[in-house]
Amino acid sequence: MSGLAILLGAALGYAAVKFKVKEDPMVEQIDAILPQTQCGQCGFPGCKPYAEAMATGKADINQCPPGGEEGIRKLAALLGVEFKPLNAEHGEPKPRSLAVIDENTCIGCTLCIQACPVDAILGAAKQMHTVIAGECTGCELCVAPCPVDCISMVPIAENVATWKWKYPLIPLKASH
Amino acid sequence: MNRPIYHFHGGVHPEEHKQVSTQFPIRMAPVPQQIFVPLRQHIGEPARPCVVVGDYVRKGQIIAKADGYISVAAHAPTSGTVTAIALHPVPHPSGLSDPCIQITPDGLDVWTDRTAIDYRNTNISTLRNHLRDMGIAGLGGAAFPTFIKLNPGATQTVKTLLLNGGECEPWISCDDMTMRERAAEVLQGAAIMRCMLHAETVLVGIEDNKPQAVAAMQEAALQCEFPVEIIVVPTLYPSGGAKQMIKLVTGLEVPSGGRSTDIGVATFNIGTAYAVHRAINHGEPLISRVVTITGNVGQAQNFEALIGTPIRELLALTGDSPDPVTGYLMGGPMMGIELAETGVPVVKATNCILVKSARLFPPPPRALPCIRCTRCADACPAELQPQELYWHSRSKNFDKAQDYQLFDCIECGCCSYVCPSHIPLVQYYRYAKSEISAKEKEQQAADHARIRHESRLMRIEREQRERAEKLALKAAVKAEPAPAGPADLAKKAVIQAAIDRAKIQQADNATTNTSSE
Repeated sequence: MSGLAILLGAALGYAAVKFKVKEDPMVEQIDAILPQTQCGQCGFPGCKPYAEAMATGKADINQCPPGGEEGIRKLAALLGVEFKPLNAEHGEPKPRSLAVIDENTCIGCTLCIQACPVDAILGAAKQMHTVIAGECTGCELCVAPCPVDCISMVPIAENVATWKWKYPLIPLKASH
Repeated sequence: MNRPIYHFHGGVHPEEHKQVSTQFPIRMAPVPQQIFVPLRQHIGEPARPCVVVGDYVRKGQIIAKADGYISVAAHAPTSGTVTAIALHPVPHPSGLSDPCIQITPDGLDVWTDRTAIDYRNTNISTLRNHLRDMGIAGLGGAAFPTFIKLNPGATQTVKTLLLNGGECEPWISCDDMTMRERAAEVLQGAAIMRCMLHAETVLVGIEDNKPQAVAAMQEAALQCEFPVEIIVVPTLYPSGGAKQMIKLVTGLEVPSGGRSTDIGVATFNIGTAYAVHRAINHGEPLISRVVTITGNVGQAQNFEALIGTPIRELLALTGDSPDPVTGYLMGGPMMGIELAETGVPVVKATNCILVKSARLFPPPPRALPCIRCTRCADACPAELQPQELYWHSRSKNFDKAQDYQLFDCIECGCCSYVCPSHIPLVQYYRYAKSEISAKEKEQQAADHARIRHESRLMRIEREQRERAEKLALKAAVKAEPAPAGPADLAKKAVIQAAIDRAKIQQADNATTNTSSE
């Protein structure tokens, strides 16, 4: 009996070392749902820290405006909790937009470059800066640090490439 | 040898209406007042303009280059001046505008230099690049870059080249007329593609409602230096679908989510073969195509129209509409897209402009609830379960819709055609497909942003660590002078040697000075 216990204990001990989970899989799963704008509206310095806080129960599921209602629904399903509407303290969902630098006004201070969480702004000290449109997540973090207010958020207009077929609006019941 | 005809599942028999537009031969449409060449006419990345406003361009001159792998070039359809590169309405279901190069023709129609290529003695990769630079994209409707389909890859062999002359959509007759009038040239295009693919068999599938096209193609096939089999298939919509035509003539099925090259068949539209012939044997890029103008028009007819011609100008050539116009379709009644206005240009995918009237196209009856009769499943040529797809698309249950192979749906409209409840089923599938694709794109963008954010954090951490290390090193150096290394010793030795030399010289000077006194 004690032999068996020692054997199983050794096996479990070995397994604990061999198959050690390096990172909390729950954090990864939550992070995969978050929109990765890294905007910090949730009150954490990025999507991953918010995911970690949610995994340990330190943050609620309704603090991410860019994720919207759909994101909250997914988080609720993953964490097995009730859906709740977005907490307005953290902001409102907005249409996706793009930071645009007015290149005539830019003084080349590099403050926006330091603020950008995804390195989407190109430039150097005393040189004009510009946003790499394809990399911008629309987080707005570059807007506040700009000392000359030359960055504006421009909503992304629908074009032929991004256009989507609409939900068919057909009355199914005859209305008399 | 008589090749057996196989059958595909389902299909429908809509009224054909094809004779109305085959009464007259293909007519050359005149050069329009203004030309609008969209940069996005093919599947993939839009072409990149290589002219600027004010440039004079000749007919056939390249005005936009292929950008990225899945892309083809665009050319000036006639000679004239580039007057704008700006947004202009394009034939797209959204009714939105897209970047177009506007050319004001000078009326002279002066060609640029044209060079024919001897394809038998040219490297295949050179030929493919040439077809890309000649702007050749599939003319059957999807406008997929042709040169890519002629590159099956190192691991695949294409044994069968299949020219698709099905043209199963009602009203449309541009491929029919092309085969009647240009059969030999179509087969010359096939000869080039056969050579490029090293294909063993060349097949041409034509529906049996085009006897004159069949006769012309058979006649041309007799003159051909390689064997061409003209296969007459029964008229049944959608036999002109690539997968359906492959099934009809070879009995093979393209696997779910796969391509026809996976089963060794390359399929091309009749008009595409003709365009390949013009590009290789005459050096002419794709600047015009055959377009059927039909429906509620004075005299329906096929036109050889320049790409970029506003369809308004083509409609003017067919006379006044007998009935009040209720709309315009690009393509046929089964799969065509509604056009918001007639200022949109003819593009490479424009096979037909169908003018609607309330008499020819009465508004659909009110949709009723689905009664799960499964007539749609009986009609579906892709052997799907349209009633399930409808149910899950309608309730936005996209994962489930994908479980039922939503993306194998070819949007042929057979299900909506037979639905006794008149439910616009395809609209739901299109909605679901575009939602799913948009979600996938969003997910890719999020994953990309995550990687960039993480690399940024790593970079900042590394920079801080490196700075700290440097500072620590500097502080250490200040605290205690480093013990002399071998380099320092060498330096010291050099300095010592110099001092010694100076001393010796001083001593020498002293002796000479004293001796001279």
